[in-house]
Amino acid sequence: MTRIAKAFENQKAFIAFVTGGDPDIETTEALIPEMAKAGADLIEIGIPFSDPIAEGIVIQEADIRALASGTTTDKLFDMVARVRQKTDVALVFMTYMNPVYTYGTERFMKKCAEVGIDGVIIPDVPFEERDEVKGYCEAAGIELVSMIAPTSKERIHMIAKEAKGFLYCVSSLGVTGVRSKITTNIAEMVEQVKQVSDVPCAIGFGISTPEQAYEMTQNADGAIVGSAIVKIVAKYGKDCKKPVCDYIREMKTAVAKHNVNQCQETA
Amino acid sequence: MAEEKKGRYGLYGGQYIPETLIPAVNEVEEAYEKYKNDPEFQKELHDLLTKYAGRPSLLYYAEKMTKDLGGAKIYLKREDLNHTGSHKINNVLGQVLLAKKMGKTRVIAETGAGQHGVATATAAALMDMECEIFMGKEDTDRQVLNCYRMELLGAKVHPVTSGTMTLKDAVNETMREWASRMDDTLYVLGSVMGPHPFPMIVRDFQKIIGEEIREQLMEAEGKLPDAVIACVGGGSNAMGAFYDFIKDPGVQLIGCEAAGLGVDNPKNAATMANGSVGIFHGMKSYFCQDEYGQIAPVYSISAGLDYPGIGPEHANLSETGRAQYVPITDKEAVEAFEYLSRVEGIIPAIESSHAVAYARKLAPTMDKDKIIVVNISGRGDKDVAAIARYRGVEIFD
Repeated sequence: MTRIAKAFENQKAFIAFVTGGDPDIETTEALIPEMAKAGADLIEIGIPFSDPIAEGIVIQEADIRALASGTTTDKLFDMVARVRQKTDVALVFMTYMNPVYTYGTERFMKKCAEVGIDGVIIPDVPFEERDEVKGYCEAAGIELVSMIAPTSKERIHMIAKEAKGFLYCVSSLGVTGVRSKITTNIAEMVEQVKQVSDVPCAIGFGISTPEQAYEMTQNADGAIVGSAIVKIVAKYGKDCKKPVCDYIREMKTAVAKHNVNQCQETA
Repeated sequence: MAEEKKGRYGLYGGQYIPETLIPAVNEVEEAYEKYKNDPEFQKELHDLLTKYAGRPSLLYYAEKMTKDLGGAKIYLKREDLNHTGSHKINNVLGQVLLAKKMGKTRVIAETGAGQHGVATATAAALMDMECEIFMGKEDTDRQVLNCYRMELLGAKVHPVTSGTMTLKDAVNETMREWASRMDDTLYVLGSVMGPHPFPMIVRDFQKIIGEEIREQLMEAEGKLPDAVIACVGGGSNAMGAFYDFIKDPGVQLIGCEAAGLGVDNPKNAATMANGSVGIFHGMKSYFCQDEYGQIAPVYSISAGLDYPGIGPEHANLSETGRAQYVPITDKEAVEAFEYLSRVEGIIPAIESSHAVAYARKLAPTMDKDKIIVVNISGRGDKDVAAIARYRGVEIFD
């Protein structure tokens, strides 16, 4: 079983995002194993990009901080190799196509496999352009995570049928960032996916409170939280470990309530 | 030329955008395919271009410049005489009319120098659309008058403070805005760039420039030009001037990029000279970037050419050798700006001055029976204050 599949095995997954190198590589390196211990079932590591068009202001600013501290793709690969010695949690890179393409897509995916990355999320590679990366991912054994959005509608079946690892379900229009309310009909979106695929569905964009995480995972298999964590990192900088882990524990507890409920139901 | 695959120009082009936006670009493509051959749409657009924008624009024989340079005959394609003062109106009238047909009530756009923003605001005013323009903070400072002009026309201008606060950041922000609101809104892209179908649509709405050049020059000289020269940022005026001549191998096509302080100086925006292949802003093309694919902060005196990429069809024209791309520095462009003002009494946009600068180099090397057409993509009124500053003259605008 892959590490990604394990993250969703018999449970609702809590997925945590952190921008690699924010505020510096050392902080991220120390943070990731602790995040896993605090309850993150899968961790997305953002490779910072100068122009992240799918991100709201919180992650845009994290990317700027990370790049300013000298973070590069190579330094993040080295960091992941060291982190992999300490944790078995599923690790996924989230970045944009240009850093991957410029690195050499084949070389990038091979390097991912070598250091212990399990999958990649590239928001500016939609279904239509998947051939840009798909073959290289398959050859290296890296799972290419597909995305669906509130606008996808009749495209959902087509995308879900080919999805690997897990399916990233974008909860809202616009960019990443904390939202007070998520208005998309998530249940319907997930149901569409389940009609054609067993791939786990994780909801991202806008989730920040335990209540939201609980609500989102009523239908979905996991909740993804990015900006809310990055905000804590921005506030506490190098001292973010404790407040980030406290937050993750709280979120994981909310998501795990479903697991308890499930057990009771089966009992 | 021939599109091998949907939205591809050789290796270049594509649709590298988030899933959220794919249905939106598909909707634009379907609408465009439906209306592009619709006689009623074409008649409405033709009426707007002729009765509102002032087309056809003049093809002017620059006799004094020709004599002064002592070589090839120089003709100027006067896109600066269009309503709103640049070629941008050609594309904008087409796209805003398309938006109207699609039932949209709001248009958004990025702008660099402000020319595309002014043109979009103009078309939006004319066709009763809400209009919001995203412009880098650095550019709103450089082009204060164009900002006020857009507001006069009823548009809301958003200064963009992310990243380098210039054109690329304005594009980022407009894409983000579009991803949050597509139902009633069309993103009116200003150049032959971005995800398919925009490079194709913008080129189609701009190709009238080259078609007119052909007709007007055949009438004046009975032959085709030997060279067509245009400035290139994203590359819409150049693509418009070039497109009709791609099939004529005897016509040399030359794009002039902004080299800022020089191609060897980090402060430049010469994408073809200094860039490499990448994937950004929805397209595979050439970009100024570092070894890790971080997009480089670029620089040019011209806000309209201050862009780290180039349209994918240009990337392919360069690769196939059909067009050449040459770097022109700030200094050469400013000198050309002043030269054309004095010699012909025409103040060109600082963007277009890059093309004039190359014509000054090329014409003397060609025989007198050869013909060069320079696309004067816009007028220079907006640049007067910046040129004065460059020359150390203090004026208050």
